[in-house]
Amino acid sequence: MNRVRRGRLTAAVFLLAGTAATVALVLVVLNENINAFHPPERIVNGTAPVGVTIRAGGMVMPGSVSRDAEGLGVSFVLSDFQGSDFPVRFVGILPDLFREGQGILATGQLDASGTFMAHEVLAKHDENYMPPEIADLAAHQSADP
Amino acid sequence: MGRFTTWFYRMGSPRWFFDLSRPWLVGFLVAGIVLLTVGTVWGLGFAPPDYQQGDSYRIIYIHVPSAHLAEALYVAMGVAGIVVLVWRMKLADMFIAVTAPVGMAITGIALLTGAIWGRPTWGAWWVWDARTTSVLVLFFLYVGIMALRQAIPRADQAGRAAAVLAIVGTVNVPIIKYSVDWWLTLHQPASITFTAAPAMPPSMWVPLLVNFLGFYSLVAAFLVAGLRNEVLRREADAQWVRDWVGRS
Repeated sequence: MNRVRRGRLTAAVFLLAGTAATVALVLVVLNENINAFHPPERIVNGTAPVGVTIRAGGMVMPGSVSRDAEGLGVSFVLSDFQGSDFPVRFVGILPDLFREGQGILATGQLDASGTFMAHEVLAKHDENYMPPEIADLAAHQSADP
Repeated sequence: MGRFTTWFYRMGSPRWFFDLSRPWLVGFLVAGIVLLTVGTVWGLGFAPPDYQQGDSYRIIYIHVPSAHLAEALYVAMGVAGIVVLVWRMKLADMFIAVTAPVGMAITGIALLTGAIWGRPTWGAWWVWDARTTSVLVLFFLYVGIMALRQAIPRADQAGRAAAVLAIVGTVNVPIIKYSVDWWLTLHQPASITFTAAPAMPPSMWVPLLVNFLGFYSLVAAFLVAGLRNEVLRREADAQWVRDWVGRS
């Protein structure tokens, strides 16, 4: 490789390295703000702001879902299954994938009593795919060990 | 000079590429059509449904290959960008010119199929999380390269400017890939990786692999065809092109 080309290659590598370093610094500084939602821990320990529209996420606590006798109102608890959980109140149509144990994102405001008043609920799908019969089998096996 | 070096400098000759690439075009095109037909019919018609999503998960047979290609094509453009800046190789410049619109279309397909899947599964067409946003940036980078080439009248300057954007933009690719691990996102992490067993049974991932190879082959055929056209356009005044046109 001659000198001219070596010089251009060095310049190209510096261009790439410089851009990567700049972007990396920006992303590290913005880290918290890039998250799509607040996990239960941040809701419970008071890091998440009260009375501001935010997005909160967690798993629907099994047995916590209670629907109003009339209307579309529903209450449930979102948890990280590691000791942090908070109640959510929502009036509207839940997504098809909403069920107990499912990951959920709720958009809304945290009120002073610590209840999350959601105006939108989204279901988070995990990376596992399986046919229904295998899912049934797995559920059976975990039910009677 | 080593064999690779010889090959590398030969690739710089558009005529050498043109003479050699016709069988590649036919091979990629046939492989792409066969693999995509088999994979799509298998995935949409015969693979089992998902236990939670039912049939709507089948969009992965289009979404995953196109999203992967969208990232891979950009990395290829970045490598070509270095070749343009350092060696001033015409063929690498043509590669960027030809790949940008193809990459934009493939990224568009990934975004569109993602939105169509997101509506029934998540409950929203679009969510501004780290994954979706960084893929949207990728789309705009492809558009930017096309726009930059059009905006600068002198071909060599336009080529170098596009090469710089191609190199700089590759920084976005690892961000797309690791966005689901680095930050909390609505988009799920990868189901299939090189390091762990797939999070789906073979009856689901084998047709996905077939379609994956089909997408790569078909896009390779598009790129070879595009490059051949670009070579003819730019070398239109050369004697060998006149001879070739006269023969065919």
